[in-house]
Amino acid sequence: MGVTGWTTLLVGASFLLYIVIAIRSRATSTGEFYIAGQDVPPLANGMATAADWMSAASFISMAGLISFSGYDGSVYLMGWTGGYVLLALLLAPYLRKFGKYTVPDFIGERYYSQTARLVAVICAIFISFTYVAGQMRGVGVVFSRFLEIDVTWGVIIGMGVVFIYAVLGGMKGITYTQVAQYCVLIFAFMVPAVFISLMVADTVIPHIGFGSIPPGSDVSLLARLDGLHKELGFSAYTLGSGNTINLLAITFALMAGTAGLPHVIIRFYTVPRVCDARKSAGWALLFIAILYTTAPAVAVFARTNLIDTVYKDGAFQPHEQMPPWFQTWEGTGLIEFDDKNGDGLVQYVGAAAVDGQGQSITNELTIDRDIIVLANPEIAGLPNWVIALVAAGGLAAALSTAAGLLLVVSTSISHDLLRKWLKPDLSEKQELLVARIAAGAAVCVAGYLGIHPPGFVAEVVAFAFGLAAASFFPAILMGIFMKRMNREGAVSGMVVGLVFTGGYIIYFRFLHPELDSVENWWWGISPKGIGTVGMLFNFMVAGIIRSFTSDPPADVMKMVEDIRVPEQRAV
Amino acid sequence: MAPPQRPPAADYWRKNLTLIAILLSIWAFVSFGLGIYWAEDLHGIQAPLPGTPLGFWFAQQGSIFTFVILIWVYAWKMNRLDDEYFSDEEE
Repeated sequence: MGVTGWTTLLVGASFLLYIVIAIRSRATSTGEFYIAGQDVPPLANGMATAADWMSAASFISMAGLISFSGYDGSVYLMGWTGGYVLLALLLAPYLRKFGKYTVPDFIGERYYSQTARLVAVICAIFISFTYVAGQMRGVGVVFSRFLEIDVTWGVIIGMGVVFIYAVLGGMKGITYTQVAQYCVLIFAFMVPAVFISLMVADTVIPHIGFGSIPPGSDVSLLARLDGLHKELGFSAYTLGSGNTINLLAITFALMAGTAGLPHVIIRFYTVPRVCDARKSAGWALLFIAILYTTAPAVAVFARTNLIDTVYKDGAFQPHEQMPPWFQTWEGTGLIEFDDKNGDGLVQYVGAAAVDGQGQSITNELTIDRDIIVLANPEIAGLPNWVIALVAAGGLAAALSTAAGLLLVVSTSISHDLLRKWLKPDLSEKQELLVARIAAGAAVCVAGYLGIHPPGFVAEVVAFAFGLAAASFFPAILMGIFMKRMNREGAVSGMVVGLVFTGGYIIYFRFLHPELDSVENWWWGISPKGIGTVGMLFNFMVAGIIRSFTSDPPADVMKMVEDIRVPEQRAV
Repeated sequence: MAPPQRPPAADYWRKNLTLIAILLSIWAFVSFGLGIYWAEDLHGIQAPLPGTPLGFWFAQQGSIFTFVILIWVYAWKMNRLDDEYFSDEEE
């Protein structure tokens, strides 16, 4: 069977599975729709959280990102996993004890303020839509590359599937589909990784292969890669570019941002008890770590393979001798070769490359980072069903994240805006109906954004993390750990954090992109890492304002004491 | 057991904060410390695998393994502390 046949079969089967699960786990109350009735076992919640968190970008782009940036790509690996430590130790157990439906709910009640709730709702909706546009686009792209369906139709099919299980099942439907999606995506990621590890390093465990000395060689894989990088004028693979303060700031902003993302936090509301929230954080990170520790190994294997293809025994290879996968992916525009000096050889070099006479060499090859995961099975010469599996995995990653985000949008509208603010007399039945309508509308908006992506999607992702790090994370943290933090302090802290971080990113990314370089950045920190500074300002302002204003009401302080301890339970 | 001098909730909370402080110190040490701040100094050490510079290994593998362990240690310790302070069983 050909690639298209296998892909249609596997993608169709996985979609059918998601729909069957959705129909079996329909939500019948707001409690089920918002937080799956709080009876999800920790292991299942861990898998669901892992699928919720690992997006199309984690699955398709991350290994490539690391492959092309080497050590500097580590900030994403550490940032997107280290955030779970913050989540497990500082947020999840207490938010579970609080037990209400959303993040804006916590902010609104803890700071006894509808303004705080409204700020939180706007942030939650903004962050979620930013993210979801990228997911729907990812769905469309996978469809168009593997099944030769137009991107628009790909997005529409994806919308249809999400629509069925998000609108019918709410959180309950999403949770169990995410469990299935995790299994699909991790299997799809690991199979090619194991094969390519066998091929390059002669071991089935990529984590060992990546640090090994391959058979028949006297230098390690990484040392050889560093050597090739030096020859070709790239910076060393295993060393950073040197801006330590910026690396620290970006890593911290990604960590705090991860811990503050509403669609991740909300998953911890779905387990029965406080102790289950802690355990599910442990499971979630374990399941995420399987992919996140394999990705850097895949990155090294793929990078070495790629360089070996174009540069053999110290010489660039002629274009007509490139392997078939090279030509296939040239057809999609993901690999572009422009023979600038007309010698027919593929010169693939970095900025510092010089030839034997000390003349600089011009690079002629542009490679999209997504190719690392998408083309891996072909590069390793794997059978067609593995290629199809990668397509199904990419779709699982994109759909699971999209569903989690859409639920945040839907609950923010039906619960936080309508029930808790505009129309408090809404009956539960009406609220559930509004939640379904809001979920349906959100799917349509997300689909539209996927078909007509605003040009700034990639830029806006930096926004999402920065804003979550500078607003939600400090506000929730202080709400739990500083009993006397009051409304005035928290709201002014959030506003300062948001305005500062948002302003810095808008200035450097949109108003003056030409100034976006290290000599103009404040303290040498890039817009990606500025959320860390915004968070510090948030803490400082909140602390200062609090000391001049009155304590929160007694019942709020009582609530804080209450969320700090677990529920009474029988042994 | 002697009657507690302070309310059990306060005692529980103090123990929780101590545990969090210890675990977060390790968290910061492996990621910000070994993975970033000292990564270049550790570049000459090939460990724990024969072909990986130590700082690079911590940045791309070791810190993530440590994070997983930290969360499980926290869950395990706190769930025991919960039993000690908040179970219905009489001492």
